[in-house]
Amino acid sequence: MTASSPASRPTVASLQDVVVRYDGRPVLGPFSLDLAPGASVALVGPSGCGKSTALRLLAGLEQPTEGVVRRTPGRGETAVVFQSPTLAPWSTALDNVALPLRLAGIAAGPAADQACAALARVGLAGSELKKPAQLSGGMAMRVSIARALATAPRLLLMDEPFAALDEITRRRLADDVMSLWTEARPALLFITHSVEEAVYMADRVIVMGPGPGRIVAEHALADGFPRPPRFRTSPVFRDAVEQVSLALQTAMEPTA
Amino acid sequence: MTRLTAILAPLALTLALLVGWELACRGLQLPVYLLPAPSAIAAALAEHAGSLFQAAWVTLSSALLALLLAALAAGPLALSAAVSPLVERAVQPLAVTLQVTPVVAIAPLVVSWAGLDHPEYATTALAAVVAFFPLFSGALTGLKSADPDLERLFDLYGATPGQRLWRLRVPAATPFVLEGVKVAVGLSVIGAVVAEISAGSGRSQGLAWTIVETTHQLRMAETFAALFALAILAVALHAVTRSAEVEILRKWRGR
Repeated sequence: MTASSPASRPTVASLQDVVVRYDGRPVLGPFSLDLAPGASVALVGPSGCGKSTALRLLAGLEQPTEGVVRRTPGRGETAVVFQSPTLAPWSTALDNVALPLRLAGIAAGPAADQACAALARVGLAGSELKKPAQLSGGMAMRVSIARALATAPRLLLMDEPFAALDEITRRRLADDVMSLWTEARPALLFITHSVEEAVYMADRVIVMGPGPGRIVAEHALADGFPRPPRFRTSPVFRDAVEQVSLALQTAMEPTA
Repeated sequence: MTRLTAILAPLALTLALLVGWELACRGLQLPVYLLPAPSAIAAALAEHAGSLFQAAWVTLSSALLALLLAALAAGPLALSAAVSPLVERAVQPLAVTLQVTPVVAIAPLVVSWAGLDHPEYATTALAAVVAFFPLFSGALTGLKSADPDLERLFDLYGATPGQRLWRLRVPAATPFVLEGVKVAVGLSVIGAVVAEISAGSGRSQGLAWTIVETTHQLRMAETFAALFALAILAVALHAVTRSAEVEILRKWRGR
Protein backbone atom coordinates (compact mmCIF):
# COMPACT_ATOMS: atom_id res chain seq x y z
CA MET A 1 0.00 0.00 0.00
CA THR A 2 1.31 3.44 -0.89
CA ALA A 3 0.21 6.87 0.17
CA SER A 4 -1.46 9.28 -2.23
CA SER A 5 1.07 10.49 -4.77
CA PRO A 6 2.46 14.02 -4.37
CA ALA A 7 1.06 16.79 -6.53
CA SER A 8 4.42 17.70 -8.08
CA ARG A 9 4.18 15.02 -10.81
CA PRO A 10 2.56 16.06 -14.10
CA THR A 11 -1.11 15.18 -14.05
CA VAL A 12 -3.90 15.08 -16.61
CA ALA A 13 -6.48 15.81 -13.96
CA SER A 14 -6.43 16.01 -10.20
CA LEU A 15 -8.71 16.46 -7.24
CA GLN A 16 -7.25 18.27 -4.23
CA ASP A 17 -9.05 17.96 -0.90
CA VAL A 18 -12.39 18.13 -2.63
CA VAL A 19 -15.61 17.88 -0.64
CA VAL A 20 -19.02 17.56 -2.28
CA ARG A 21 -22.27 18.11 -0.40
CA TYR A 22 -25.76 17.85 -1.83
CA ASP A 23 -28.14 20.06 0.19
CA GLY A 24 -25.63 20.06 3.05
CA ARG A 25 -25.40 16.26 3.06
CA PRO A 26 -21.79 15.15 2.50
CA VAL A 27 -21.39 12.65 -0.37
CA LEU A 28 -17.65 12.84 -1.03
CA GLY A 29 -14.44 13.79 0.66
CA PRO A 30 -12.19 15.17 1.70
CA PHE A 31 -10.76 13.37 -1.30
CA SER A 32 -7.55 13.79 -3.31
CA LEU A 33 -6.50 12.03 -6.47
CA ASP A 34 -3.95 12.59 -9.24
CA LEU A 35 -4.29 11.06 -12.68
CA ALA A 36 -0.90 10.82 -14.37
CA PRO A 37 -0.65 10.60 -18.17
CA GLY A 38 -0.89 6.99 -19.29
CA ALA A 39 -2.08 5.75 -15.89
CA SER A 40 -4.93 3.35 -15.43
CA VAL A 41 -6.71 3.83 -12.11
CA ALA A 42 -9.59 1.81 -10.71
CA LEU A 43 -11.99 3.12 -8.08
CA VAL A 44 -13.69 0.47 -5.98
CA GLY A 45 -15.95 0.93 -2.99
CA PRO A 46 -19.42 0.29 -1.61
CA SER A 47 -22.50 1.70 -3.34
CA GLY A 48 -23.14 5.34 -2.55
CA CYS A 49 -19.55 6.08 -1.50
CA GLY A 50 -19.26 8.91 -4.01
CA LYS A 51 -17.29 7.14 -6.76
CA SER A 52 -19.50 8.50 -9.53
CA THR A 53 -19.34 11.97 -8.00
CA ALA A 54 -15.53 11.82 -8.09
CA LEU A 55 -15.73 10.78 -11.73
CA ARG A 56 -18.06 13.65 -12.62
CA LEU A 57 -15.69 16.10 -10.90
CA LEU A 58 -12.79 14.78 -12.99
CA ALA A 59 -14.94 15.09 -16.11
CA GLY A 60 -15.72 18.71 -15.24
CA LEU A 61 -19.44 17.90 -15.20
CA GLU A 62 -19.81 18.98 -11.59
CA GLN A 63 -18.15 21.47 -9.26
CA PRO A 64 -16.98 20.59 -5.74
CA THR A 65 -18.38 22.33 -2.67
CA GLU A 66 -14.83 22.71 -1.38
CA GLY A 67 -11.37 21.97 -2.74
CA VAL A 68 -9.76 22.28 -6.13
CA VAL A 69 -10.27 20.38 -9.38
CA ARG A 70 -7.49 20.72 -11.93
CA ARG A 71 -8.07 19.58 -15.49
CA THR A 72 -5.70 19.95 -18.41
CA PRO A 73 -7.80 18.39 -21.23
CA GLY A 74 -9.53 20.96 -23.40
CA ARG A 75 -13.00 20.84 -24.89
CA GLY A 76 -13.67 17.45 -26.42
CA GLU A 77 -10.54 15.83 -24.94
CA THR A 78 -12.41 14.09 -22.12
CA ALA A 79 -14.56 11.04 -22.81
CA VAL A 80 -16.99 9.35 -20.44
CA VAL A 81 -18.46 5.86 -20.72
CA PHE A 82 -21.49 5.36 -18.51
CA GLN A 83 -22.89 2.20 -16.96
CA SER A 84 -25.56 1.97 -19.64
CA PRO A 85 -24.48 2.51 -23.26
CA THR A 86 -26.29 5.91 -23.27
CA LEU A 87 -26.84 5.91 -27.01
CA ALA A 88 -29.40 8.07 -28.79
CA PRO A 89 -32.07 5.48 -29.69
CA TRP A 90 -33.08 7.39 -32.84
CA SER A 91 -29.54 7.42 -34.28
CA THR A 92 -27.61 4.67 -36.02
CA ALA A 93 -24.43 3.29 -34.44
CA LEU A 94 -22.49 5.40 -36.91
CA ASP A 95 -24.31 8.62 -36.04
CA ASN A 96 -23.94 7.91 -32.33
CA VAL A 97 -20.18 7.50 -32.67
CA ALA A 98 -19.94 10.55 -34.94
CA LEU A 99 -21.87 12.73 -32.47
CA PRO A 100 -18.91 14.08 -30.45
CA LEU A 101 -17.08 14.81 -33.71
CA ARG A 102 -20.09 16.65 -35.13
CA LEU A 103 -20.48 18.61 -31.88
CA ALA A 104 -16.83 19.61 -32.21
CA GLY A 105 -17.66 21.14 -35.59
CA ILE A 106 -16.22 18.43 -37.85
CA ALA A 107 -18.09 18.17 -41.16
CA ALA A 108 -20.45 15.23 -41.73
CA GLY A 109 -18.22 13.41 -44.24
CA PRO A 110 -14.96 13.26 -42.28
CA ALA A 111 -16.88 12.64 -39.04
CA ALA A 112 -18.58 9.61 -40.62
CA ASP A 113 -15.21 8.30 -41.85
CA GLN A 114 -13.67 8.61 -38.39
CA ALA A 115 -16.73 7.04 -36.78
CA CYS A 116 -16.55 4.14 -39.22
CA ALA A 117 -12.93 3.54 -38.30
CA ALA A 118 -13.74 3.73 -34.58
CA LEU A 119 -16.54 1.17 -34.99
CA ALA A 120 -14.20 -1.13 -36.88
CA ARG A 121 -11.67 -0.93 -34.04
CA VAL A 122 -14.25 -2.18 -31.52
CA GLY A 123 -15.17 -5.02 -33.87
CA LEU A 124 -18.42 -3.57 -35.16
CA ALA A 125 -17.61 -3.14 -38.85
CA GLY A 126 -20.84 -3.91 -40.70
CA SER A 127 -23.13 -2.71 -37.90
CA GLU A 128 -22.81 0.98 -38.78
CA LEU A 129 -26.43 1.44 -39.80
CA LYS A 130 -28.02 -0.48 -36.94
CA LYS A 131 -29.91 1.41 -34.29
CA PRO A 132 -29.37 0.77 -30.56
CA ALA A 133 -32.56 -1.33 -30.29
CA GLN A 134 -31.10 -3.71 -32.87
CA LEU A 135 -27.85 -4.23 -30.92
CA SER A 136 -27.14 -6.64 -28.06
CA GLY A 137 -26.04 -5.22 -24.70
CA GLY A 138 -22.39 -5.99 -25.42
CA MET A 139 -22.57 -4.49 -28.91
CA ALA A 140 -24.25 -1.33 -27.60
CA MET A 141 -21.48 -0.97 -25.02
CA ARG A 142 -18.92 -1.37 -27.82
CA VAL A 143 -20.62 1.49 -29.69
CA SER A 144 -20.41 3.56 -26.52
CA ILE A 145 -16.69 2.78 -26.22
CA ALA A 146 -16.14 3.57 -29.90
CA ARG A 147 -17.84 6.93 -29.34
CA ALA A 148 -15.54 7.63 -26.38
CA LEU A 149 -12.41 6.76 -28.35
CA ALA A 150 -13.46 8.47 -31.61
CA THR A 151 -12.25 11.84 -30.35
CA ALA A 152 -8.84 10.44 -29.27
CA PRO A 153 -9.36 11.71 -25.70
CA ARG A 154 -6.55 12.53 -23.28
CA LEU A 155 -8.74 11.54 -20.35
CA LEU A 156 -11.02 8.52 -20.44
CA LEU A 157 -13.50 8.01 -17.60
CA MET A 158 -15.67 4.91 -17.28
CA ASP A 159 -18.43 4.49 -14.71
CA GLU A 160 -19.04 0.75 -14.23
CA PRO A 161 -18.94 0.22 -17.98
CA PHE A 162 -19.43 -3.56 -17.91
CA ALA A 163 -21.79 -3.87 -14.94
CA ALA A 164 -24.81 -4.86 -17.01
CA LEU A 165 -23.02 -7.52 -19.07
CA ASP A 166 -22.53 -11.24 -18.54
CA GLU A 167 -19.15 -12.49 -17.31
CA ILE A 168 -17.85 -13.77 -20.66
CA THR A 169 -18.84 -10.60 -22.50
CA ARG A 170 -17.34 -8.39 -19.82
CA ARG A 171 -14.01 -10.22 -19.85
CA ARG A 172 -13.81 -10.04 -23.62
CA LEU A 173 -14.74 -6.35 -23.56
CA ALA A 174 -12.19 -5.64 -20.80
CA ASP A 175 -9.44 -7.18 -22.96
CA ASP A 176 -10.56 -5.18 -25.98
CA VAL A 177 -10.75 -1.94 -24.04
CA MET A 178 -7.28 -2.51 -22.64
CA SER A 179 -5.76 -3.24 -26.03
CA LEU A 180 -7.42 -0.13 -27.51
CA TRP A 181 -6.25 1.85 -24.49
CA THR A 182 -2.61 0.78 -24.96
CA GLU A 183 -2.65 2.26 -28.50
CA ALA A 184 -2.94 5.89 -27.35
CA ARG A 185 -2.85 5.43 -23.56
CA PRO A 186 -5.06 8.29 -22.42
CA ALA A 187 -5.21 8.65 -18.64
CA LEU A 188 -7.89 6.17 -17.62
CA LEU A 189 -10.04 6.12 -14.52
CA PHE A 190 -12.79 3.59 -14.14
CA ILE A 191 -15.25 2.59 -11.47
CA THR A 192 -16.08 -1.04 -10.91
CA HIS A 193 -17.68 -3.34 -8.37
CA SER A 194 -15.48 -6.20 -9.47
CA VAL A 195 -12.16 -6.41 -7.62
CA GLU A 196 -10.81 -8.82 -10.25
CA GLU A 197 -11.69 -6.39 -13.03
CA ALA A 198 -10.01 -3.56 -11.09
CA VAL A 199 -6.79 -5.51 -10.59
CA TYR A 200 -6.84 -6.77 -14.18
CA MET A 201 -7.35 -3.42 -15.86
CA ALA A 202 -5.63 -0.93 -13.54
CA ASP A 203 -2.10 -0.32 -12.36
CA ARG A 204 -3.51 1.54 -9.35
CA VAL A 205 -6.55 0.42 -7.41
CA ILE A 206 -8.09 2.93 -5.02
CA VAL A 207 -10.43 1.58 -2.34
CA MET A 208 -13.04 4.00 -1.01
CA GLY A 209 -15.00 3.79 2.25
CA PRO A 210 -18.71 4.44 2.70
CA GLY A 211 -20.09 7.96 2.38
CA PRO A 212 -18.87 10.54 2.65
CA GLY A 213 -16.35 8.77 0.42
CA ARG A 214 -12.70 8.83 1.35
CA ILE A 215 -9.75 6.77 0.25
CA VAL A 216 -9.16 3.97 2.73
CA ALA A 217 -6.52 2.02 0.82
CA GLU A 218 -4.55 2.13 -2.35
CA HIS A 219 -2.86 -0.70 -4.18
CA ALA A 220 -0.24 -0.34 -6.90
CA LEU A 221 0.55 -3.14 -9.33
CA ALA A 222 3.95 -3.32 -10.96
CA ASP A 223 3.01 -5.56 -13.87
CA GLY A 224 2.61 -3.81 -17.21
CA PHE A 225 0.08 -3.84 -20.00
CA PRO A 226 -1.07 -5.70 -21.97
CA ARG A 227 -1.62 -8.37 -19.35
CA PRO A 228 0.07 -11.64 -20.28
CA PRO A 229 -2.13 -14.63 -21.09
CA ARG A 230 -3.31 -16.54 -17.99
CA PHE A 231 -2.60 -13.42 -15.92
CA ARG A 232 -5.81 -14.03 -14.01
CA THR A 233 -4.38 -17.29 -12.61
CA SER A 234 -0.96 -15.89 -11.70
CA PRO A 235 0.02 -15.58 -8.00
CA VAL A 236 0.67 -11.82 -8.47
CA PHE A 237 -2.91 -11.34 -9.66
CA ARG A 238 -4.45 -13.58 -6.96
CA ASP A 239 -2.44 -11.83 -4.23
CA ALA A 240 -3.47 -8.39 -5.40
CA VAL A 241 -7.14 -9.43 -5.60
CA GLU A 242 -6.92 -10.84 -2.08
CA GLN A 243 -5.35 -7.67 -0.66
CA VAL A 244 -7.80 -5.33 -2.35
CA SER A 245 -10.75 -7.52 -1.31
CA LEU A 246 -9.52 -7.44 2.28
CA ALA A 247 -9.18 -3.65 2.20
CA LEU A 248 -12.68 -3.37 0.73
CA GLN A 249 -14.09 -5.69 3.37
CA THR A 250 -12.50 -3.64 6.15
CA ALA A 251 -13.85 -0.45 4.58
CA MET A 252 -17.38 -1.81 4.43
CA GLU A 253 -17.51 -3.07 8.02
CA PRO A 254 -19.76 -0.81 10.07
CA THR A 255 -17.66 1.52 12.17
CA ALA A 256 -18.58 1.56 15.83
CA MET B 1 -56.29 -16.47 -30.26
CA THR B 2 -55.60 -16.50 -34.00
CA ARG B 3 -55.65 -13.41 -36.17
CA LEU B 4 -58.91 -14.55 -37.75
CA THR B 5 -60.80 -14.97 -34.48
CA ALA B 6 -59.38 -11.66 -33.27
CA ILE B 7 -61.10 -10.00 -36.23
CA LEU B 8 -64.23 -12.14 -36.16
CA ALA B 9 -65.02 -11.83 -32.44
CA PRO B 10 -65.98 -8.12 -32.41
CA LEU B 11 -67.76 -8.51 -35.76
CA ALA B 12 -69.83 -11.41 -34.42
CA LEU B 13 -70.78 -9.49 -31.29
CA THR B 14 -71.78 -6.45 -33.35
CA LEU B 15 -73.85 -8.61 -35.67
CA ALA B 16 -75.58 -10.33 -32.74
CA LEU B 17 -76.43 -6.98 -31.15
CA LEU B 18 -77.79 -5.64 -34.46
CA VAL B 19 -79.95 -8.73 -34.97
CA GLY B 20 -81.28 -8.44 -31.41
CA TRP B 21 -82.01 -4.75 -31.99
CA GLU B 22 -83.82 -5.47 -35.27
CA LEU B 23 -85.90 -8.25 -33.73
CA ALA B 24 -86.78 -6.14 -30.70
CA CYS B 25 -87.92 -3.22 -32.88
CA ARG B 26 -90.11 -5.48 -34.97
CA GLY B 27 -91.42 -7.59 -32.12
CA LEU B 28 -92.28 -4.63 -29.89
CA GLN B 29 -93.42 -2.57 -32.86
CA LEU B 30 -91.50 0.47 -31.63
CA PRO B 31 -92.33 3.69 -33.48
CA VAL B 32 -89.50 4.91 -35.73
CA TYR B 33 -89.30 8.28 -33.92
CA LEU B 34 -88.39 6.46 -30.69
CA LEU B 35 -85.94 3.88 -31.97
CA PRO B 36 -85.49 3.03 -35.64
CA ALA B 37 -84.51 -0.53 -36.54
CA PRO B 38 -81.03 -1.12 -38.01
CA SER B 39 -82.62 -1.83 -41.38
CA ALA B 40 -84.27 1.59 -41.35
CA ILE B 41 -80.98 3.20 -40.38
CA ALA B 42 -79.22 1.38 -43.20
CA ALA B 43 -81.85 2.63 -45.62
CA ALA B 44 -81.40 6.19 -44.35
CA LEU B 45 -77.63 5.82 -44.72
CA ALA B 46 -78.00 4.74 -48.31
CA GLU B 47 -80.54 7.42 -49.13
CA HIS B 48 -78.59 10.31 -47.56
CA ALA B 49 -75.08 9.05 -48.26
CA GLY B 50 -74.22 12.13 -50.31
CA SER B 51 -75.27 14.71 -47.75
CA LEU B 52 -73.81 12.67 -44.87
CA PHE B 53 -70.51 12.49 -46.69
CA GLN B 54 -70.56 16.23 -47.16
CA ALA B 55 -71.44 16.80 -43.51
CA ALA B 56 -68.63 14.45 -42.45
CA TRP B 57 -66.20 16.42 -44.60
CA VAL B 58 -67.30 19.67 -42.92
CA THR B 59 -66.65 18.22 -39.47
CA LEU B 60 -63.42 16.51 -40.50
CA SER B 61 -61.97 19.54 -42.26
CA SER B 62 -62.63 21.84 -39.33
CA ALA B 63 -61.08 19.27 -36.95
CA LEU B 64 -57.99 18.91 -39.14
CA LEU B 65 -57.61 22.65 -39.63
CA ALA B 66 -57.94 23.02 -35.86
CA LEU B 67 -55.18 20.45 -35.34
CA LEU B 68 -52.92 22.40 -37.64
CA LEU B 69 -53.63 25.68 -35.84
CA ALA B 70 -53.15 24.06 -32.42
CA ALA B 71 -49.85 22.51 -33.54
CA LEU B 72 -48.66 25.87 -34.88
CA ALA B 73 -49.30 27.38 -31.46
CA ALA B 74 -48.20 24.43 -29.30
CA GLY B 75 -44.92 23.62 -31.10
CA PRO B 76 -43.09 26.93 -30.79
CA LEU B 77 -44.53 27.48 -27.32
CA ALA B 78 -43.29 24.07 -26.12
CA LEU B 79 -39.89 24.74 -27.68
CA SER B 80 -39.53 28.06 -25.88
CA ALA B 81 -40.83 26.58 -22.61
CA ALA B 82 -38.28 23.75 -22.90
CA VAL B 83 -35.45 26.23 -23.36
CA SER B 84 -36.58 28.82 -20.84
CA PRO B 85 -37.93 27.85 -17.39
CA LEU B 86 -39.38 31.35 -17.15
CA VAL B 87 -41.55 30.80 -20.22
CA GLU B 88 -42.59 27.40 -18.91
CA ARG B 89 -43.53 28.90 -15.55
CA ALA B 90 -45.54 31.63 -17.28
CA VAL B 91 -47.36 29.39 -19.77
CA GLN B 92 -48.02 26.21 -17.79
CA PRO B 93 -50.80 27.46 -15.43
CA LEU B 94 -52.68 29.07 -18.32
CA ALA B 95 -52.36 25.94 -20.43
CA VAL B 96 -53.69 23.81 -17.58
CA THR B 97 -56.57 26.20 -16.97
CA LEU B 98 -57.48 26.05 -20.63
CA GLN B 99 -57.33 22.27 -20.45
CA VAL B 100 -59.51 21.76 -17.36
CA THR B 101 -62.20 24.27 -18.38
CA PRO B 102 -64.90 22.18 -20.11
CA VAL B 103 -65.10 23.09 -23.77
CA VAL B 104 -68.91 22.90 -23.60
CA ALA B 105 -68.86 25.84 -21.20
CA ILE B 106 -67.00 28.19 -23.50
CA ALA B 107 -68.69 26.99 -26.70
CA PRO B 108 -71.72 29.35 -26.62
CA LEU B 109 -69.40 32.33 -26.15
CA VAL B 110 -67.16 31.39 -29.06
CA VAL B 111 -70.16 30.59 -31.23
CA SER B 112 -71.65 34.03 -30.60
CA TRP B 113 -68.30 35.70 -31.39
CA ALA B 114 -68.07 33.81 -34.64
CA GLY B 115 -71.56 34.98 -35.56
CA LEU B 116 -74.33 33.18 -37.39
CA ASP B 117 -72.70 33.67 -40.76
CA HIS B 118 -69.47 31.89 -39.90
CA PRO B 119 -70.18 29.03 -37.49
CA GLU B 120 -67.18 27.21 -38.99
CA TYR B 121 -64.89 29.74 -37.29
CA ALA B 122 -66.31 28.64 -33.95
CA THR B 123 -66.00 24.92 -34.67
CA THR B 124 -62.39 25.31 -35.75
CA ALA B 125 -61.51 27.58 -32.84
CA LEU B 126 -63.05 25.29 -30.22
CA ALA B 127 -61.50 22.19 -31.73
CA ALA B 128 -58.14 23.99 -31.69
CA VAL B 129 -58.58 24.93 -28.04
CA VAL B 130 -59.07 21.31 -26.94
CA ALA B 131 -56.35 19.98 -29.26
CA PHE B 132 -53.82 22.48 -27.95
CA PHE B 133 -53.09 21.00 -24.54
CA PRO B 134 -52.16 17.42 -25.46
CA LEU B 135 -49.93 18.75 -28.24
CA PHE B 136 -48.25 21.30 -25.98
CA SER B 137 -47.86 19.02 -23.00
CA GLY B 138 -46.70 16.06 -25.10
CA ALA B 139 -44.08 18.18 -26.84
CA LEU B 140 -42.88 19.81 -23.62
CA THR B 141 -42.64 16.50 -21.73
CA GLY B 142 -40.80 14.98 -24.69
CA LEU B 143 -38.38 17.88 -25.01
CA LYS B 144 -37.43 17.36 -21.38
CA SER B 145 -37.30 13.56 -21.56
CA ALA B 146 -33.76 13.10 -22.87
CA ASP B 147 -31.54 10.66 -20.95
CA PRO B 148 -29.68 12.74 -18.29
CA ASP B 149 -26.44 10.91 -19.13
CA LEU B 150 -26.86 11.90 -22.79
CA GLU B 151 -27.37 15.47 -21.57
CA ARG B 152 -24.09 15.10 -19.65
CA LEU B 153 -22.34 13.95 -22.83
CA PHE B 154 -23.57 17.09 -24.56
CA ASP B 155 -22.14 19.11 -21.62
CA LEU B 156 -18.88 17.21 -21.88
CA TYR B 157 -18.45 17.95 -25.58
CA GLY B 158 -19.40 21.59 -25.11
CA ALA B 159 -22.57 21.47 -27.22
CA THR B 160 -24.20 24.81 -28.00
CA PRO B 161 -27.84 25.33 -26.92
CA GLY B 162 -28.86 24.98 -30.57
CA GLN B 163 -27.01 21.67 -30.97
CA ARG B 164 -28.57 20.40 -27.77
CA LEU B 165 -32.05 21.33 -28.93
CA TRP B 166 -31.89 19.92 -32.46
CA ARG B 167 -29.59 16.95 -31.93
CA LEU B 168 -30.89 15.80 -28.55
CA ARG B 169 -34.14 17.26 -27.30
CA VAL B 170 -36.20 17.42 -30.46
CA PRO B 171 -35.45 13.85 -31.59
CA ALA B 172 -35.92 12.58 -28.02
CA ALA B 173 -39.37 14.21 -27.99
CA THR B 174 -40.66 12.27 -31.00
CA PRO B 175 -42.56 9.46 -29.17
CA PHE B 176 -44.19 11.95 -26.81
CA VAL B 177 -45.20 14.25 -29.64
CA LEU B 178 -46.80 11.33 -31.49
CA GLU B 179 -48.74 10.35 -28.39
CA GLY B 180 -49.89 13.96 -28.01
CA VAL B 181 -51.02 14.05 -31.65
CA LYS B 182 -53.01 10.84 -31.16
CA VAL B 183 -54.89 12.30 -28.19
CA ALA B 184 -55.31 15.67 -29.91
CA VAL B 185 -56.84 14.10 -33.02
CA GLY B 186 -59.60 12.48 -30.94
CA LEU B 187 -60.17 15.65 -28.95
CA SER B 188 -60.33 17.88 -32.02
CA VAL B 189 -63.31 15.89 -33.32
CA ILE B 190 -64.99 16.24 -29.93
CA GLY B 191 -64.28 19.98 -29.96
CA ALA B 192 -65.77 20.38 -33.44
CA VAL B 193 -68.87 18.37 -32.48
CA VAL B 194 -69.42 20.37 -29.31
CA ALA B 195 -69.18 23.61 -31.26
CA GLU B 196 -71.60 22.40 -33.92
CA ILE B 197 -74.12 21.41 -31.28
CA SER B 198 -73.75 24.79 -29.57
CA ALA B 199 -74.26 26.56 -32.87
CA GLY B 200 -77.47 24.53 -33.19
CA SER B 201 -79.13 25.90 -36.26
CA GLY B 202 -77.59 28.41 -38.59
CA ARG B 203 -75.20 27.64 -41.40
CA SER B 204 -73.12 24.97 -39.74
CA GLN B 205 -73.48 21.85 -41.85
CA GLY B 206 -71.39 19.28 -39.99
CA LEU B 207 -72.40 15.85 -38.73
CA ALA B 208 -73.26 17.02 -35.22
CA TRP B 209 -75.44 19.72 -36.69
CA THR B 210 -77.17 17.03 -38.78
CA ILE B 211 -77.78 15.07 -35.60
CA VAL B 212 -79.35 18.07 -33.84
CA GLU B 213 -81.47 19.04 -36.84
CA THR B 214 -82.85 15.56 -37.51
CA THR B 215 -83.57 14.96 -33.81
CA HIS B 216 -85.63 18.14 -33.67
CA GLN B 217 -87.62 16.91 -36.64
CA LEU B 218 -87.91 13.37 -35.24
CA ARG B 219 -86.14 11.92 -38.30
CA MET B 220 -84.50 9.39 -36.04
CA ALA B 221 -83.28 7.03 -38.74
CA GLU B 222 -81.24 9.90 -40.18
CA THR B 223 -80.03 10.84 -36.70
CA PHE B 224 -78.68 7.36 -36.24
CA ALA B 225 -77.21 7.37 -39.73
CA ALA B 226 -75.35 10.59 -38.92
CA LEU B 227 -74.24 9.17 -35.59
CA PHE B 228 -72.97 6.10 -37.38
CA ALA B 229 -71.06 8.28 -39.86
CA LEU B 230 -69.55 10.25 -36.97
CA ALA B 231 -68.40 7.06 -35.23
CA ILE B 232 -66.86 5.76 -38.45
CA LEU B 233 -65.13 9.11 -38.98
CA ALA B 234 -63.63 9.08 -35.48
CA VAL B 235 -62.57 5.44 -35.70
CA ALA B 236 -60.97 5.94 -39.11
CA LEU B 237 -59.14 9.03 -37.93
CA HIS B 238 -57.86 7.17 -34.88
CA ALA B 239 -56.76 4.19 -36.98
CA VAL B 240 -54.89 6.39 -39.43
CA THR B 241 -53.14 8.28 -36.62
CA ARG B 242 -52.32 5.07 -34.79
CA SER B 243 -50.76 3.37 -37.79
CA ALA B 244 -48.81 6.53 -38.64
CA GLU B 245 -47.53 6.56 -35.06
CA VAL B 246 -46.49 2.90 -35.22
CA GLU B 247 -44.75 3.44 -38.55
CA ILE B 248 -42.87 6.56 -37.46
CA LEU B 249 -41.82 4.95 -34.16
CA ARG B 250 -40.56 1.90 -36.06
CA LYS B 251 -38.42 4.19 -38.15
CA TRP B 252 -37.34 6.19 -35.10
CA ARG B 253 -36.00 3.27 -33.10
CA GLY B 254 -35.15 1.05 -36.05
CA ARG B 255 -37.48 -1.87 -35.41
